[in-house]
Amino acid sequence: MRSDPAEYELVAPASLQAAVTLLAENPTWLPIAGGTDVMVQFAAGTLAARKLLSIWNLPELRRIEAQPDELRIGAGCTYTDLRGHEVVAREFPLLARAASWTGGIANQNRGTLGGNIVNASPAADSLPAPLVYEAELILVSARGERRVAYREFHTDYKKMNLAADELIRAICVPRRFVGYVHYARKVGARNAQAISKVCIAALGRIEKAEIKDVRIALGSVAPTPIRLVETERALIGKRLDPRVMALARKAATAETRPIDDIRSTARYRAAVVSNLVGEFLERLGAAATGHE
Amino acid sequence: MTTKHGAKREFSLTVNGEPKTVRAYPMERLLDVLRQDLGLTGTKEGCGEGECGACSVLMDGALVDSCLIPVAQAEGARVVTIEGVARDARFRALREAFLECGGAQCGICTPGMILAAAHLLEKKPKPTLAEIREGLSGNLCRCTGYIQIFEAVAEAARRSAAS
Amino acid sequence: MKPDRIVGTATPRKEGRDKVTGRARYIDDLSFPHMLYGATVRSRIPRGKIKKINFGPGIAWSEYVVVSAKDIPGKNCIALIENDQPCLADGAVNHPEEPILLLAHPDRHALPKAVAAVWIEYEALPAVFTIEESERKSEIIWGADNTFKSFLIEKGDVDGVWAKADYIVEGEYFTGAQEQLYIETNGMIAAFDAERGVTVWGSLQCPYYVHKALGALFGLPETKVRVVQTETGGAFGGKEEYPSMIAGHAALLAMKSGQPVKIIYDRAEDMAATTKRHPSRTRHRTAVSKDGKILGGEIEFAIDGGAYLTLSPVVLSRGTIHAGGPYYWPSVRIRTNAVATNAPPHGAFRGFGAPQSLFAIERHMDRIARAVGLSPAEIRRRNFLKPGQTTTTGQIVREPIDLGKLMDRALQVADYDAKRQRFAKENLSGGRKKGMGIAAFLHGAGFTGSGERYLSSVVGVEGRADGGVRVLVSSTEIGQGTNTVLCQIAAEALGLPYEDVTIAQPDTSDVPNSGPTVASRTTMVVGKLVASAALGLKQTLVRAGMLGEICSAEEFRAACRKYVAAHGEFRSLARYEQPEGIFWDDQKYRGEAYAAFAWAVYVAEVTVDLTTYGVSVDDFVAVQEVGRVMNPVLARGQIAGGVAQGIGFALYEKVEWRDGRMQNSQMTNYIMPTSADVPPIRVYFEELGNEHGAFGAKGIGELPMDGPAPAIVNAIEDALGIPFDKVPLLPEDIFEAINAHPEIVHSPAGAR
Repeated sequence: MRSDPAEYELVAPASLQAAVTLLAENPTWLPIAGGTDVMVQFAAGTLAARKLLSIWNLPELRRIEAQPDELRIGAGCTYTDLRGHEVVAREFPLLARAASWTGGIANQNRGTLGGNIVNASPAADSLPAPLVYEAELILVSARGERRVAYREFHTDYKKMNLAADELIRAICVPRRFVGYVHYARKVGARNAQAISKVCIAALGRIEKAEIKDVRIALGSVAPTPIRLVETERALIGKRLDPRVMALARKAATAETRPIDDIRSTARYRAAVVSNLVGEFLERLGAAATGHE
Repeated sequence: MTTKHGAKREFSLTVNGEPKTVRAYPMERLLDVLRQDLGLTGTKEGCGEGECGACSVLMDGALVDSCLIPVAQAEGARVVTIEGVARDARFRALREAFLECGGAQCGICTPGMILAAAHLLEKKPKPTLAEIREGLSGNLCRCTGYIQIFEAVAEAARRSAAS
Repeated sequence: MKPDRIVGTATPRKEGRDKVTGRARYIDDLSFPHMLYGATVRSRIPRGKIKKINFGPGIAWSEYVVVSAKDIPGKNCIALIENDQPCLADGAVNHPEEPILLLAHPDRHALPKAVAAVWIEYEALPAVFTIEESERKSEIIWGADNTFKSFLIEKGDVDGVWAKADYIVEGEYFTGAQEQLYIETNGMIAAFDAERGVTVWGSLQCPYYVHKALGALFGLPETKVRVVQTETGGAFGGKEEYPSMIAGHAALLAMKSGQPVKIIYDRAEDMAATTKRHPSRTRHRTAVSKDGKILGGEIEFAIDGGAYLTLSPVVLSRGTIHAGGPYYWPSVRIRTNAVATNAPPHGAFRGFGAPQSLFAIERHMDRIARAVGLSPAEIRRRNFLKPGQTTTTGQIVREPIDLGKLMDRALQVADYDAKRQRFAKENLSGGRKKGMGIAAFLHGAGFTGSGERYLSSVVGVEGRADGGVRVLVSSTEIGQGTNTVLCQIAAEALGLPYEDVTIAQPDTSDVPNSGPTVASRTTMVVGKLVASAALGLKQTLVRAGMLGEICSAEEFRAACRKYVAAHGEFRSLARYEQPEGIFWDDQKYRGEAYAAFAWAVYVAEVTVDLTTYGVSVDDFVAVQEVGRVMNPVLARGQIAGGVAQGIGFALYEKVEWRDGRMQNSQMTNYIMPTSADVPPIRVYFEELGNEHGAFGAKGIGELPMDGPAPAIVNAIEDALGIPFDKVPLLPEDIFEAINAHPEIVHSPAGAR
């Protein structure tokens, strides 16, 4: 343990209101929810912030509200909360699945979706799912609330559309993906407790062999989690045949910027991206012909 | 000479059923508060990064890695450590099964592993092998290869069901 | 073999209850009054001269105890085989993380920032990082020629076989470094005073190794050094020699401060600074007849020892002796070297050179099989050692081991033939390829050759006032079951209940030197001495007229109580004596290398996923002949645990090096198997007994490390038709190979 706790301050307000008030007065304080990223940095001696604001277990942030049109997931919901929620499991299975492979049970009991979004690791495996589910974030500060499309939230590596005095209040996902083919896969170094080398979440709807809608998001292949906008454009309205699939796989590789790092290589990641997109399209095709 | 930002505060939590108050810096790890301030050395540090699970405890009924929890976030919480599980008659079958099946070799992962197993059995009294693997996937063991740990957990489940 | 009364039964772990209740005390659980905490300032460069040490701003340096090489009262070395490794660098460094200064402070949290505030100016020197660079000798970094040790084994007429060969098969095989990754990091507490000298408590395998090293470091006689082993949370060889270093550091700080000092490494420091398995390169060139018999061959084996000699000669020795595998070589030349590089010294890790050279021969046998057109099973069957034949060192196989039958059992249990037939069909289509692989091997237990005679181990058994007995050994419990098995043996020998036998905490002021806890020797060699010492204790009572030769447990206890009341607690000692007929030539490396070999055949079933290039091991069968199963639960635990480490060695555990330093020194990035990654591991034992081992036992602790890597890589070749010749084998490597040979993987015929 390489940090000295005596050099740190942490305050734990009891309500969201109190939290945003404190943050407005002290925008340099670092919010900490479940701590599964911040505390690792703390132990390694690399945590730059010295003053922290705990938003763990704030009741306003830790609820899931099912509205008729959208599911509002409090940013302080843990991955265990997500897995255990009936509507998440039924209508947003990619979220539930991503939650189940974010670390072991102990990590899932503390890691939060909001915390992971703000930590913005390019390898975060729970971020492609809200990207394909067209999530909107509700951001809150002492100045009020605003909504941001999640697709526009991450602007660059660890840079985001979030003011210093803002917190994420909720992640809202529209309830219109029932009947879609949902596909997600995480490729890590082992079956559990692994950081993604590549991760994918994808949705598709096919009618009479024509692709009506397709959304593909990937993690670990760019400075932020990304939607494969060009690949999607190349697929929409097309009939799914081997030629279209091959073109889509090429387009997917071209849209990503994988790197060599301590965990894997750019070439490997590029190949796996292509394979995963291919596997998704095969599932989509199989669903259309009833051969799932 | 180094800038000190914080001051120690009092934090109250329940540990193994007993109310405790500690004076600590808010960013002290719950792991260190348990081990140093409360003398409960059964919970171990294996990695300090939430990967190995040797520091596992229950906090308000949820399995967590105590090396990743600032003590300020444990204010008011109900914490259970291996010392509490060791006294708990509900987990006698688990302890005995670990002993009989070879679930502990060097023993350093064992407190965390037993916490994880206890947590699993509370949620899933009759776990499948796949559920046992998943329930323990955050607890690394270097000695056993896990096989006899799986058997211990399955045996504990069988005995609890029978009684 | 049917169990005796206690030996051979699933006797409960002696210290098990403490472990499952959290009562077991490891070194970081202990605290002494007025204790300081210690930390180490380490080199940031691989090789160079230290020009200046600066103590930076922002730290109240007067609050810290500082120790440098100048403070060392005796010899600045970690005494082991040679004395080339400094305890603290003095003017020069030869590897990243080399210890230079020690700091101590009452507040544990005050240390990392102080370590970070020491900045050192170096004059960098060119450094060497690979076996090849070291062999080139363009930069000499150790001794005269970078070579720690060499061996040459010659048997028969090697040069004459090439002309007779129908096939000449060549191959080159590599294994990488592997971190032991015990879940409890290295730790020590030391105390010093003028009267008692040095005392250390800590996590360690070999109390008397530390004892010897401290004596040399402090220039103190044996009576002024005391080493106590605390409950140890895993070791696997990683706490064989390294503890002498951290113990020396804690003791120096204790000496300088006059207070007890505790040093506990955090995971990142432990991974980056301490020993790892020696990386290796093996080259085979083998002459084979048309019916698949090995006629002879040349084997070249090299290991990377890191910056100092430490134990490399002994690792090399074991790797050399095992390089031929469990096969009959009519002639062979085995040339081996341990070379220096500027990495932290590599060290003991379960298997100790054998996993490296056995990986090579077992991969090579599959290569030979393909060249000759025989199956992997058949090529092995035709070359297995048989009773009466000699090993590569000329040791005669004297026991009725039938390796062909052992292999048949493994193949049958693994359903090898039926599965391979099924996979051949299934692999024709789909995104997954399945395969099966075999590894056959042997593992010599105990010290090589005359090593046990040199160790001259002594064991004690003590009669106690309550009528029970206490085992006195320096052999340590590190999870493998020392406490349990040695108490089982004593209980069996004396006809006592297991509960009447205790075992002393290894404390050099209390127990004799039964040798280090290494080389799979504890049950076999030390256990046999425990039985002798126990019987010696009984003889004392018989000669005193207090006990008949035939007696009940109750009578024994009564006699013991009576004797202690009259004479005080009493001990019986037994010393190792080399059995007759064990002849070993240390110069020519010929003769009886080991008192006993255990034999094994392992079978792995794998799936290669062509979407992710990942390999999963779906089933693993481990069949071994072990002399005698002393405790079925403990024995099975050793095999399963070793197999899991072998799976890590094969598929997951890669050390990422940059300029001699481990970059992935966190558990997040150094990948060991979790509970979600291990296959069913099915373990089977056979027992032929062993006249040189306690109750017929052979050593088994390291055996399971040798088989998994080659079995798995053989299975991957079976699945894909592509040979791989190195471990660890990661999905990225498999991707590159498939990418280079798309026609092999996707063709129906494959390489079957």
